[in-house]
Amino acid sequence: MGVQGTTDRAIPGAARGPGAAPPELTARQVRRMKRFDNPWRNPKLIWGAGLLLSIVALGILGRLFWDTDLVFTGSGMPRQAPVGVENIRGQIGSWAHPLGTDVSGKDLLALLIVGAPNSLYVGVLASLIGMSTGIFLGFTAGFVGGRTDDVIRVLSDVMITIPPLLILVVFQAAYGDISLTLMALLIAAFVWQSPTRLIRAQVLSMREAGYVQMARLSGASTGHIMFREMLPNLVPYLFGSFIANVTTSIVTAVGLEVLGLGPQRIPTLGRVIYDAINSGALIQNLWWWWGIPTLLLAVMFIGLLLINLGLDEVSNPRLRRL
Amino acid sequence: MARIPASYMINRLLTLFLTVFIAATLIWIIPRLSPIDPVDVMLGRMAAGGGSIENSGAILTQLRESFGLDQPLVVQYFLYIKNTLTLDFGLSTASFPTPVAQLIGQALPWTLGLMLISLIITFIIGNLLGALMVWENTPRLWKVAIPSAMVMTAIPPLLSGLLLMYVFSSQLGWFPLTGAYGLNVEPGWDAGFAGSVLYHGFLPAMSIVLVTFGFWALGMRGLMITVQGEDYSVLAKAKGLRPRYILYRYMIRNAILPQVTAFALQIGGLVAGQVLVERIFAYPGMGKLLYDAILDQDFPVIQGVSFVIILMTAIAVFLVDLVYPLIDPRIRHGRD
Repeated sequence: MGVQGTTDRAIPGAARGPGAAPPELTARQVRRMKRFDNPWRNPKLIWGAGLLLSIVALGILGRLFWDTDLVFTGSGMPRQAPVGVENIRGQIGSWAHPLGTDVSGKDLLALLIVGAPNSLYVGVLASLIGMSTGIFLGFTAGFVGGRTDDVIRVLSDVMITIPPLLILVVFQAAYGDISLTLMALLIAAFVWQSPTRLIRAQVLSMREAGYVQMARLSGASTGHIMFREMLPNLVPYLFGSFIANVTTSIVTAVGLEVLGLGPQRIPTLGRVIYDAINSGALIQNLWWWWGIPTLLLAVMFIGLLLINLGLDEVSNPRLRRL
Repeated sequence: MARIPASYMINRLLTLFLTVFIAATLIWIIPRLSPIDPVDVMLGRMAAGGGSIENSGAILTQLRESFGLDQPLVVQYFLYIKNTLTLDFGLSTASFPTPVAQLIGQALPWTLGLMLISLIITFIIGNLLGALMVWENTPRLWKVAIPSAMVMTAIPPLLSGLLLMYVFSSQLGWFPLTGAYGLNVEPGWDAGFAGSVLYHGFLPAMSIVLVTFGFWALGMRGLMITVQGEDYSVLAKAKGLRPRYILYRYMIRNAILPQVTAFALQIGGLVAGQVLVERIFAYPGMGKLLYDAILDQDFPVIQGVSFVIILMTAIAVFLVDLVYPLIDPRIRHGRD
């Protein structure tokens, strides 16, 4: 696995690690190199974050420049086309509803302005809760060990097998309407397992590391060792796991919505797609109706993927290409 | 053949049992904590449907029985567990009095078939492309094209299904919009039926393949980077073996094994994705059954389908865990 084994391209990458600048460079050059060598300035990371921010921006700017109350009632002719496009009845879309209307005449632009950030919100909230639970359980399992570790390990092994979508379907079918936040909480109950496993494994391997033993010898408390000494080293992994969970959570939420479950009165992208499919948008060639929410979701998912790929490169310099 | 240690076997079996047990308990407990009485909801729906309902008395009795309204909770619970473990989920309320197990029996082969085929295709394509990303002799064009195609990984199968359906069925008309076989074909073991099934299954399978191959490719890339640095790869190259031979016999062969374990963690997501693809394409598998049951508020079917899918997932994970030490002798179990 040594240097001789890596590809030719990886060698300059490896040599560019922090502090590896050749001594004959001037201080200014070194500073510049270090600045550009900052692994967090990863193009994938920046692009991914940009895509996600564009969804947030849609939510904020949209509320400023467009009337989002249009999501509650029909305000135009049903199944209208976007500006410049003709629908099945030969009507050309107007600026009154720039992206057209749905089956009950609701403005699609307003639905997307409210719906897209909602989907992101569910994903981030569910993942945050799952992450916090995972950090807590993972550290507990890795540190306390014994019976506690067994219980946590078995429980996460078991829960990782159960697809969240199916339990949520049962829940929804029994409870009827739920709020966005409740949906996020329910999804969170299924996304704590992978961070728990990840952190437990890392804690076990780091527990005997020199700096941890040093901290212990100097009388640091367990809490200090966990959160001040070990946690910072786990940051890239935690971020990666967090982003992966945001994706899983959004996929689950959209899945529920497309099955006609999820919040019934709050606009979400999945709900718009559900309405479109159910009203025969695919057969009637109303592509914008399901196509634009699909595109927004794709932007969200691609953004998350890019962030994750970027984080991989941050934590694993071998993947970096220069 | 390596032998599987008994302790490992017992450990895995316990996990399997626990998974099934917890899933069954969740499915039982959730409706009982609900402020809404499912029987009320169903009766309301039926009444709203209008007209006289055939067998309404029988449906009521069946509902009371299936929700066990007349017995203490503990008894209800154990009865339920006993019934569930014997795959008795009661009778469907939407297509009364068909047993839920029978409906599931009809849907299951379609789901399993679609899943197996898309999985095999994905596994081969994904691993091959992942290996090609690292291999030094890969044409330059491919090295650029494969990572770009990875963007598809981000999209859930549901969305790719919508897209493929729009382009190839709705617009180009190359493939049928819905169903698993043509209306004019009689189900049977002949070439005409098989052809029709393949034709109808192509788009649903593709919508899964298109977005899941990236998962394998990414994993393979990581493993190949490691394998590439191993001494045996360097030696093989030094010996002057043909690059293609080294790729297949030395690198992929060694890198592919850990991919099998990755598979175990992926099953749950795959199943959920396929449920939604089936719903889009109206493919007569478990996904469509579930969706129809949700529309009809057919609670026994929802419970049954959810349980069976979780059961399938758990068994698949169990099998992967068991098979893995057999195919990779480097793994010694029982140390964890």
